[in-house]
Amino acid sequence: MAKTMPERKGHSALGLDAELARRLLYTMLLIRRFEEKAAEAYTLGKVGGFLHLYIGQEAVAVGASSVLRADDYAISAYREHGHCLAKGADPRRVMAELFGRRDGLSKGKGGSMHLFDRSVNFLGGHAIVGSHLPLAAGAAFAIKYEGRDAVVVCYFGDGAVAQGEFHESLNIAALWKLPVIYLCENNRYAMGTSTDRALAQTEIWKFGQTYGIPSEKVDGMDVLAVRAVVGRAVARARQDKTPSLIEADTYRFRGHSMRDPAGAVYRTKEEVEHEKERDPIVMFRERVLTPGILTEADVRALEKDVNDRIDEAVAFADASPEPPDEWLFTDIYKED
Amino acid sequence: MAVMTYREALNLALREEMRRDPSVFVMGEEVGLYEGAYKVTQGLLKEFGPKRVVDTPIAESAFTGIGIGAAVLGLRPVVEMMTFNFALLALDQIVNSAAKMFYMSGGQYSVPIVIRGPGGPAAQLAAQHSQSMEVYFYHVPGLKVVRPTTPMDAKGLLKSAIRDDNPVIFIEAETLYPVKGEVPEDPDFVIPLGQAIVRREGTDVTVIAYMGMMYRAMEAADELAKEGISVELVDPRTLRPMDVETIIGSVRKTHRAVVVEAGAGFAGMGSEIAAFVTEHAFDDLDAPVERVTGANAPMPYARNLEKLKTPSKDKIAAAIRRVCNANGS
Repeated sequence: MAKTMPERKGHSALGLDAELARRLLYTMLLIRRFEEKAAEAYTLGKVGGFLHLYIGQEAVAVGASSVLRADDYAISAYREHGHCLAKGADPRRVMAELFGRRDGLSKGKGGSMHLFDRSVNFLGGHAIVGSHLPLAAGAAFAIKYEGRDAVVVCYFGDGAVAQGEFHESLNIAALWKLPVIYLCENNRYAMGTSTDRALAQTEIWKFGQTYGIPSEKVDGMDVLAVRAVVGRAVARARQDKTPSLIEADTYRFRGHSMRDPAGAVYRTKEEVEHEKERDPIVMFRERVLTPGILTEADVRALEKDVNDRIDEAVAFADASPEPPDEWLFTDIYKED
Repeated sequence: MAVMTYREALNLALREEMRRDPSVFVMGEEVGLYEGAYKVTQGLLKEFGPKRVVDTPIAESAFTGIGIGAAVLGLRPVVEMMTFNFALLALDQIVNSAAKMFYMSGGQYSVPIVIRGPGGPAAQLAAQHSQSMEVYFYHVPGLKVVRPTTPMDAKGLLKSAIRDDNPVIFIEAETLYPVKGEVPEDPDFVIPLGQAIVRREGTDVTVIAYMGMMYRAMEAADELAKEGISVELVDPRTLRPMDVETIIGSVRKTHRAVVVEAGAGFAGMGSEIAAFVTEHAFDDLDAPVERVTGANAPMPYARNLEKLKTPSKDKIAAAIRRVCNANGS
């Protein structure tokens, strides 16, 4: 069932027209630029706490989100800016949340690790490793209970695979046939612990076989490959409530968080440089330029749009006031 | 009114709420085919079918998380813990997911879930199956915590818990399941969360207790009445939010307070009640607040040691006499 090589068939077979190429490239660029600006804001002291950047992994969120409908759901862990943006959240409100301001998605009460956006069915932003895997199954349970055909995509890292909740969730999702796609972003390091130091089985997709659900490995640096594999999983989930496990082979170019800027004590500089040659944005850009699906001018225009939009997001976040003191005590309980 | 057991009252509350609202479903270990380890869900599978009475594998963290995820999308799960001791396996889901989601999302996603099951001392179940678990939950902003003492409360409070838009921890007791009492059959009967009840009016001392300890305090009060000590019994019913007003009102009247709890005393419910009684009614007190608590030891198995672990009627009575300066009189 494993499929490690990206599909290099004709672009038309993948449905890659200029509109789709533009959309995929735009969203990957948007996430990359957002993260670069978030890092800058962190060094300026405008973003506090933990800041986990998604740079290098953009193809996973963008490829997966590109096959989702508006009424589908996504849920993630704490490296989730990309997933939230790819699902359609407004970058201004995401940035304002990072800044801890009142116009943030969560009114400034959640921060970088707890992005939620009901308007695009983004279910968070969960920062206890593994804890959102049951929540994803629960959302899928509700969809099935209500007789709808929506699906849930649950992003998680390789670090969650050693948690009991990964196995409990896969077991129940398989047993009850829940429309959830478990999408593991294997970036090879749970913080600083490499998969071979944490997992007896480092071929994560194989755990899906144990639980008897379709499972595949995909090149997580290839947005079209991710789109194809997740597209199949979404179709299965929608049609007959079959859950899937997908392992995306990816890499984070930055450290675990801004407090681990070099990310170099547990991996070599050479490894990082080597992996950067697989940069998903660089690869996809070449892929659409070479056959002329997009022109250099098209790409430059996209980059300018993205830069403007993120500059606007930063300005919006900067201008947004801090939440008022009384908000400390609001949203603890929902009143009738 | 009908006379029924505490267990039957819970069962009736579940049935009524499931009939009333199709988004209510029951989930947990052995709740369906087996009809509940303690038979609280007896007959529900037959009436509502497997879609709404969901048997789970033994995976507390996952099925609690599944309940929370389903609640986030608008369902109203009632998740059964076979005993609340097992909720420790789901503590992360309860504390980090259920209690925090509404706040972390800035009010976008509420979690209308009830997590219910028995807890507290039972009959020779030893250290891992006898803990008074409320202490682990009432500390957490975002949770509501209920401990219903009577069959009527069991029904009225469970119905309110199910209709509440927030996560509610609802801890019953093995020892109370067979207790009988009067219960309104009206399906519209509910008891609001956060309201204490004065179970017995008195003038000399306020005793605050719930669950099995309330019944023991009642016996102590009967005994002390013969000695001329008039005991007022207040049952908080909901531990979070706590009805501070009713408790303080009673203490202002009696000028003395004794708190009884089954759990170990250190940083327990008694500590909290003693603290707020002191804060709000210090000038009204004629004696220091007394705590009568479970021993600071795990629950032993041996019958004689088990008896020593939990406050007895005599210990409660002795504490009441002490605050009333009635020792040896």
